[in-house]
Amino acid sequence: MKRVFAFAVAAVMALSLVACGSKTEQPSAPATNETSDSVQVFKLGSIGPLTGGAAIYGQSVINGAKIAVDEINAAGGNIQFEFNGQDDEADGEKSVNAYNTLMDWGMQVMVGPTTTGASIAVGAQAAADRTIMLTPSASGTDVIAAGDNVFQVCFTDPNQGVGSADYIAENMAGAKVAVIYKNDDAYSQGIRDTFITESGAKGVDVVYEGTFTEDTQTDFSVQLAAAQSAGADLVFLPIYYQPASVILNQANQMGYAPTFFGVDGMDGILTMEGFDTSLAEGVMLLTPFSADAPDERTQNFVKTYQAQHGEIPNQFAADAYDGVYIMKAALEAAGCTADMSAADICEAVVAVMTQISVDGLTGQNMTWAATGEVSKAPMAVVIENGAYVLPNA
Amino acid sequence: MSAKLKRMKSHTRVNLLTYLGVTVLFVVMFYLQSAGMLKRSMAGMLIPICCYMSMAVSLNLTVGILGELSLGHAGFMSVGAFSGIIAASCLQTAIPAAGLRLVIAMVVGALFATITGFVVGTPVLRLRGDYLAIVTLAFGEIIKELINCLIVGTDEKGLHMIFNVSGAKTVEDLHLKDGGVAIIKGAQGAVGTQTIATFFAGYVLVMITLLIVLNLKHSRAGRAIMALRDNRIATESIGINVTKYKLMAFVTSAALAGAAGALYGLNFSSLQATKFNFNTSILILVFVVLGGLGNVWGSLVAAAALTILPEALREFSDYRMLVYAIVLILVMLATNNPKLKVFFSRFGKKSEKEGN
Repeated sequence: MKRVFAFAVAAVMALSLVACGSKTEQPSAPATNETSDSVQVFKLGSIGPLTGGAAIYGQSVINGAKIAVDEINAAGGNIQFEFNGQDDEADGEKSVNAYNTLMDWGMQVMVGPTTTGASIAVGAQAAADRTIMLTPSASGTDVIAAGDNVFQVCFTDPNQGVGSADYIAENMAGAKVAVIYKNDDAYSQGIRDTFITESGAKGVDVVYEGTFTEDTQTDFSVQLAAAQSAGADLVFLPIYYQPASVILNQANQMGYAPTFFGVDGMDGILTMEGFDTSLAEGVMLLTPFSADAPDERTQNFVKTYQAQHGEIPNQFAADAYDGVYIMKAALEAAGCTADMSAADICEAVVAVMTQISVDGLTGQNMTWAATGEVSKAPMAVVIENGAYVLPNA
Repeated sequence: MSAKLKRMKSHTRVNLLTYLGVTVLFVVMFYLQSAGMLKRSMAGMLIPICCYMSMAVSLNLTVGILGELSLGHAGFMSVGAFSGIIAASCLQTAIPAAGLRLVIAMVVGALFATITGFVVGTPVLRLRGDYLAIVTLAFGEIIKELINCLIVGTDEKGLHMIFNVSGAKTVEDLHLKDGGVAIIKGAQGAVGTQTIATFFAGYVLVMITLLIVLNLKHSRAGRAIMALRDNRIATESIGINVTKYKLMAFVTSAALAGAAGALYGLNFSSLQATKFNFNTSILILVFVVLGGLGNVWGSLVAAAALTILPEALREFSDYRMLVYAIVLILVMLATNNPKLKVFFSRFGKKSEKEGN
C-alpha cells in the first residue's frame, strides 16, 4: 500500500511539472504576428549550458540573446526573429543533440554555442550542414577552424593572452608576474600558453607558474605561498571566477596583496553569490564589456537585464546580445529572406560577414576576418567600490 | 519453426531474440534514416546510443556476471577513444578509405584498452567488493589526468608525443614539421577530429559485443565466472583458477569498452578527457542496474532509453533534469515492484525459468 502511495505522489509531482514545464517554453514569437510582406521572421537558435557547472554562462547567453530578440521584434523592423534556446550542459555530445533539435525546429541562423569544447563539436556539424554559426563566447581558436561559416563575437584565447601580456608590459613595467592557471581546462591553458609566449617577447618577468585542476580548485594555499615567496607583485589569473574567488579569499587570509589581473572569465565575480565583493577591490581584468559604461545602449541593456533577471549582466550576456544584432546586420546586408533555407542563408551571410562593421556593447566597429575572428579593442578595467571603472581615471 | 523455437534451450532462444531484436531495430532505423523520415535529433543520437549499448553490455559482464563493482568503466572508454583518434588521424593519408580506418581505429582502441585492463586488472582483482570499487574509481580518475597531460601530433616523420607533467609544455614543443597536425592538445583534448563513425559500425559493434558477452556467459568459462560470483570459496575449492577467470571477464569488458570509446571519439570533432569522468562511469552503471544485473538485453534497452530520455524531455526546458530524475526513480520503483514482476512473469514464464 505504501508503495502505491509513493507511486501516486511521484506521478502527481511529475504531472505537475509537466504542467509548469509546458508553460515556460514559449518561444518568444514576434510581437506582430500579422506580418506584412516586407517583414521577415527568421528562426534563430542558441545553445548553452543551462544546467551543470557552467550554467551561469549559458543562462547569460540565452538571456542576453533573448533581450536582443525582444528589442528587435518590439522595434518592428523588417527583420524579426523567433527565438529558441537549448541546454547542452557544456558537453560536446549534448551540444550536438541540442543543435539537431534546433535544426528539427527549423533553425535558420545560430548564435551559439557558449563553451569552446561544445562549439568545436557543433561547428564541425554546422560546417557540414552549411548553417551559419556565430558563437558569442567560445573563445578557442579551434572553434573558428571548423569552417568558413563559423564566426566569433568574443576575442580568441590567444588574443586575450597577448592582450594581457601587452597591457602588463606597457602599463606595469617591471612587475614580477606569477601565473596560476587550470591545466585541465582548454580555455585557461590556451590563454596561459599565448601569455607566456608574448611575455617572453615583451620582456615581462614571469617568476612563478602554478597549476590546478577541476578537483583541486578548492585550495590554493600552496600556489599562493609559492607565488609570494617568488616575490610576485602581480598575479595573472587566466581562469573562471569561481576558483578566482577562492584565490582572492585565501590571499586575503594570508595577508598577500599583489595586484590580481584576470581575463574575461573573471567577469561575473561581482555577482557571485556568497562572495565578499570587497575582496575583489583592485582586481584588474581585461574585458570588452563593462556594465558601467555610460553609453545609452549599455545602460538600457543593463536596466532590462536587471529587471528581468535581477542581476547585473556579465560579458557573456553582452556578447550574445551583440551576436543577435550582428546576425541581424549580416542578414540585412546579405538581403536574406525568411523563406530561404539555412544553407542558402549561410552562403549569403558568409559572403558579407567580412564586409560588415557593427557597433555593439562589447566594441565599436567590430569587423570580421574570413577566418571568423573578430577585431575589436580589448579594454582593461579595475574593480573599485564593487564596480568596473577604467584604470587611472 | 515455433516448435523448434520451443525445443531450444531457453537461454538460446532469448539470445537469438536479442540478436534479432537489435538487427530489426537497426534495419528499421537505417531505413527511416535513409528515407529521411527520422528527426535529426534522433538520427544524431544513433551512434552514441550504439556506443552506450556496447558500454552497458560490457560493464554488465564485470558487474552482473562477474559480480565485481567497477566504477572506472569510462576510463577504458577514454583509453579506447583517444588511442582510436590517434590511430585514425595518423592513417588519414595512408588509408583514405574511412570505413577501413574506422575499423582499424576501433581495433587499436580495443587493443590499448585490453592492455590497460590487463595492467589494472592484475593487481586490482586481488581486491574484493568495496575495495575493488574504490580502486577502479581511482583508476578512472588517473586515466583522465594522464590524458590531460598528453600532447600528441603527427607529421611526415611520424608520431610525436610528449608528456606534459609540469603543465608548461604546449603543442609548439612537439616541433612538428610544416603540414603536421596536432591530434591531442593536452587539456584542450582532441580537436578537429574527422568524424568517420557510422551507424553501421555502431550496429556491428553492438552485435560483436553481444556475441562475445552472450557466448562467454554460456560457455564453460562463463559458468566458472558465475560460480565465482556466487561463491568464491566453493569455486576455489573445486580447483578453478580465480585470478584467471576474473581477469578474463575484466579484460574482455575493458576491450569492448575500448572499441566503443573509439567509435564514440570518432563521432565528434572535439573530445576532452574530462568527458570520461566519474559521472560517465556512473551513468553506464545506471544503465546496467536499471536493465538488471546480468540481464544483457535489459542493458541494451536501458542504455537506449536513458540516452533518448533527456533529449525527449527538452520541451520541459528548465525542469528537464528534474523530470529526468523523477522518471528514473519511477522506473526503478516500477521494475522492482513485486506485483509488476508477477504480472510480467505471466507472459514470459518459460524464459524466466532459467533466470534470464
